[in-house]
Amino acid sequence: MTKLDAQVPEGSIDQKWTNHKNNIRLVNPANKRSIDVIVVGTGLAGASAAASLAEMGYNVKSYCFQDSPRRAHSIAAQGGINAAKNYQNDGDSNYRLFHDTVKGGDYRSRESNVYRLAEVSSSIIDQCVAQGVPFAREYGGLLDNRSFGGVQVSRTFYAKGQTGQQLLLGAYSAMSRQISKGKITMYNRHEMLDLVIVDGKARGIIARNLITGKIEKHSAHAVVICSGGYGNVFYLSTNAMGSNATAAWKTHKKGAYFANPCYTQIHPTCIPVSGDHQSKLTLMSESLRNDGRIWVPKKKEDAEAVRNKTLKPVDIKAEDRDYYLERRYPSFGNLVPRDVASRAAKERCDAGYGVNKTGEAVFLDFASAIERYGKTEAHIHGLENPSKEEIIKYGKQVVESKYGNLFEMYQKITDDNPYETPMMIYPAVHYTMGGVWVDYNLMTTVPGCFAMGEANFSDHGANRLGASALMQGLADGYFVLPYTIGDYLSEDIRTGPISTESPEFDAAEKEVKATLEKLLSIQGTKTVDHFHRKLGLIMWNKCGMSRNAVDLRSAMAEIRAIREDFWKDVRVPGQLNEYNSELEKAGRVADFLELGELMCKDALDREESCGGHFREEYQTEEGEALRDDENFMYVSAYEYTGDPGTEILHKENLEYEAIEVKTRSYK
Amino acid sequence: MSNSALIQSSLAKKYWMAATGLFLCLFLVGHLAGNLQLLISGEEGLLQFNEYAKFMTSNPVVMILSYLTYISILFHAIDGFVLTVQNRKARPKNYAYSKPSENSLWTSRNMALLGTIILVFIILHMRQFWYVMHWGPIGVDSAGNKDLYTVTITAFTDGTFGLLYTIGYVVAMVAIALHLSHGFQSAFQSLGLRTDKLKKAIIIVGYIFAMLIPLLFAIIPVYIHLTH
Amino acid sequence: MKLKLKIWRQKNAAAEGKMVDYDISDVSSDMSFLEMLDVLNETLIKKGEEPVEFDHDCREGICGSCSLYINGEPHGPQKLTTACQLHMRSFKDGETIYIEPWRAKAFPVIKDLVVDRTAFDRIIQAGGYISVNTSGNTIDANATPVPKDDADSAFDAATCIGCGACVAACRNASAMLFVSAKVSQLALLPQGEVEANVRALNMVEQMDKEGFGNCTVTGACEAECPKGISLGNITRLNREYMKAKLNPVD
Repeated sequence: MTKLDAQVPEGSIDQKWTNHKNNIRLVNPANKRSIDVIVVGTGLAGASAAASLAEMGYNVKSYCFQDSPRRAHSIAAQGGINAAKNYQNDGDSNYRLFHDTVKGGDYRSRESNVYRLAEVSSSIIDQCVAQGVPFAREYGGLLDNRSFGGVQVSRTFYAKGQTGQQLLLGAYSAMSRQISKGKITMYNRHEMLDLVIVDGKARGIIARNLITGKIEKHSAHAVVICSGGYGNVFYLSTNAMGSNATAAWKTHKKGAYFANPCYTQIHPTCIPVSGDHQSKLTLMSESLRNDGRIWVPKKKEDAEAVRNKTLKPVDIKAEDRDYYLERRYPSFGNLVPRDVASRAAKERCDAGYGVNKTGEAVFLDFASAIERYGKTEAHIHGLENPSKEEIIKYGKQVVESKYGNLFEMYQKITDDNPYETPMMIYPAVHYTMGGVWVDYNLMTTVPGCFAMGEANFSDHGANRLGASALMQGLADGYFVLPYTIGDYLSEDIRTGPISTESPEFDAAEKEVKATLEKLLSIQGTKTVDHFHRKLGLIMWNKCGMSRNAVDLRSAMAEIRAIREDFWKDVRVPGQLNEYNSELEKAGRVADFLELGELMCKDALDREESCGGHFREEYQTEEGEALRDDENFMYVSAYEYTGDPGTEILHKENLEYEAIEVKTRSYK
Repeated sequence: MSNSALIQSSLAKKYWMAATGLFLCLFLVGHLAGNLQLLISGEEGLLQFNEYAKFMTSNPVVMILSYLTYISILFHAIDGFVLTVQNRKARPKNYAYSKPSENSLWTSRNMALLGTIILVFIILHMRQFWYVMHWGPIGVDSAGNKDLYTVTITAFTDGTFGLLYTIGYVVAMVAIALHLSHGFQSAFQSLGLRTDKLKKAIIIVGYIFAMLIPLLFAIIPVYIHLTH
Repeated sequence: MKLKLKIWRQKNAAAEGKMVDYDISDVSSDMSFLEMLDVLNETLIKKGEEPVEFDHDCREGICGSCSLYINGEPHGPQKLTTACQLHMRSFKDGETIYIEPWRAKAFPVIKDLVVDRTAFDRIIQAGGYISVNTSGNTIDANATPVPKDDADSAFDAATCIGCGACVAACRNASAMLFVSAKVSQLALLPQGEVEANVRALNMVEQMDKEGFGNCTVTGACEAECPKGISLGNITRLNREYMKAKLNPVD
């Protein structure tokens, strides 16, 4: 069994990154010109890395399956990005951001990585502002902040409900500048289908041109995987339709260990499922919990009446409402971390208090916020004794200015007006903390293959705090990888161009072609979506918000059966050498069918509850997660064996020196 | 960036459209002021109008302005033609089903058509008066000036042709009104002057201008046709 | 509900395409427009026919992938809404729905309803950025205050999702709204002002090169923009470009 070496530098926690930067090897500018780097994915991590690497002088080849790098799913992130700027003078610091993130992750993340993340967070904001990202500002012209779940300071920078869009477009524009200079070669509508390893090092990829269907060989001195998370294993998630695990999974199959696959984040504030036709779920930003209060009726008969539409939620009296988060967690209230809020919603709905037709929804209510803001605003307008109507009018204006676009989106999807009646929300799969295992340099267990952003596992432990995903993607891409990759590439300055005319490239190409041809040749009776939906349902029911050993075991067996059926009975129309989105989907679902089983295996193995991973067998009497630090304070990193059910587990023990490990409490 | 880009880029073409268009708006005002004198009846009106016509064809400043006007008309037409050809090329295949009325006004989409109608009118109009004024045949009034007044009155009153010409003139004015209703504000927009603050005012002024000027122009032949 | 669909089918860029009729039933009014197409495609696949290809990804109105010309309008009848956020409750039972790709010389059809919008990328590459390298030593984000109004206007312009509905709606297939949104965003911010002139010149030059038409101020782009990008941005671009012309950079 190989020992996992995280390569964490020496020194105290706040000196590690500085020391490391001072000591790693550099590549001189002339040599950078002769080194190629492949970056797969153009989300925040991929776009920022591609731009930074190109600025430094490397020749970058960048890939995205969408028609433009600007469409990567980072664009849909709403709420904001954290940074320890302490602009609000509420005592924030790198240490606090680090502390909150480790605690939020339920002490399952690598301490040194998280500290580095906190340390570079401030530079991200500086960089983005310099790029022209239009963050929200106060009247004095300075940047505004909001607060997010799981923390007690205001450190989240935002651009209305479109922060991800603005940050991504910033990174995309930086990338565009390098494309125009010829330092980045952009491959739009290309999907990575395999990693090519030559002499033990990652030296290229096999990609399919999605327009012509041609299988292409691309070489480089290093490959960086920034292909995002694998939430679409669940079929229904807040991920984009095209979000997939293929690049990461193929990398895993070529030798990169896959870490903590069972850590899935179920986001508490999503629009509930409306029917069987549903193709994806829509997130409502967590920032809504700043002002919205979450509740269900106290009485079961009221809940039933609401479900049957015989009782309007606004007619339920205050004393008959159960603001269950405020009740259970008085100190954090509606701003508890996502995993806690999600489980609490599920608990109420399972107990029969759900409020929509499926019984799987709770209310998110803005009435008190409208009143509170209305009063202040009326006061500003010089109204001494404002009428109720005036207060509500002003309050709605304030709420609109803060969340207008989210309210509009909600109304478009549900046909309900959230200014008049409380929103209905339910948890949905949103983010995957697990991913390709990487060391401190963000390198996977395959030399020369790196992984960043949601595609890696390193920073969020078992649960990610709000507004931290954007932070991690950009931290990795702008400020971490561009330095650490140099340490590896310094050995490659004399290598010269990597040829694609080698047996390794040919073999990988042949294998990719064979797989695709096999998919096309089955010509069975069921569509790709049929299998995907089936897999998703199993994952959601048995490996979702709460898990137990019996269900997980049966889930693994069921997934194996679906996988076998898939390879016998799937129908993929069209040809290999043409635009064929069903073929793309089939390849991705084939990978999900393997990854899903590994997720269940990992969830089964981890006999404790931590963060987003909640095992019913391991909970306190009050129903809170019960961690087992003695036996499970490690990262599970899996080695591929040819069968997801029998992958080999390697453990990276987690050691906390700068932070005291405690039971997470938000009470 | 070469100087030829002054007319080559799409925006520069639009600047010239706007500048010539606005200049022609000014011309319309001046032309209208002259024409309104046709409403003065009798010998007094005849003498005054012919005196004015002489001034307009002999004063050097006016001459320069009139050449500018010819150039503007020509440039506006040619530039408009080039833009229209480019615009057609930009969408080689059309939609099977399109509902442009959902997002824009008919006038804004048919400036080239309206412009063509106006151009035909200008050519006929110049043949009728401008050409005759310069190269005859034309009589002389009691003050010794070319009698453009009588030529004009005859044009709008001479039997069936007079009626047709009056109707044609009114139709052309309608075309100008529609062209201006979009063109006036659009010119300010193309020059970057239709800012959010001024937008409403420019649109309102534009509509008033587009209604008023052609209306006053149209009243003249109708009045002449009915009273002479 | 039941619907009659008339959809543009085209095998590839080189092939001739045509409108093809499909009947579809079992459409729920809670479905999104794209989910309705999913249902159609699933039926087609089961029948052994080729599904209708269309671009889509986030399905929450932000990635800008969807590009369907629905019943004579880009993104369909509902204003300020992308096709993915359009729901079937906007249609009547028995209605005939036309679905076509964006039509513009600069957006050639790849297959069925999928078009190539890389022209937009090339316009951004021509200057839609601020030339600042990544470094940990940029000045503090709060060192340069930006008036809130400017920051808000810049943000409004920056919400463009690059879907191309403006081009699709414009009778001239002009890309002015797209280009002006980026020029405006960056011109409004002190960080972007430095390169404002060269940016305006280069982006317009690239726009013209791509074969987009000219702006005739019909306002169709603004009316059909799913993000409500204002025509005022075009006004600003016209101003910025003139300013740049009057201040030659070389």
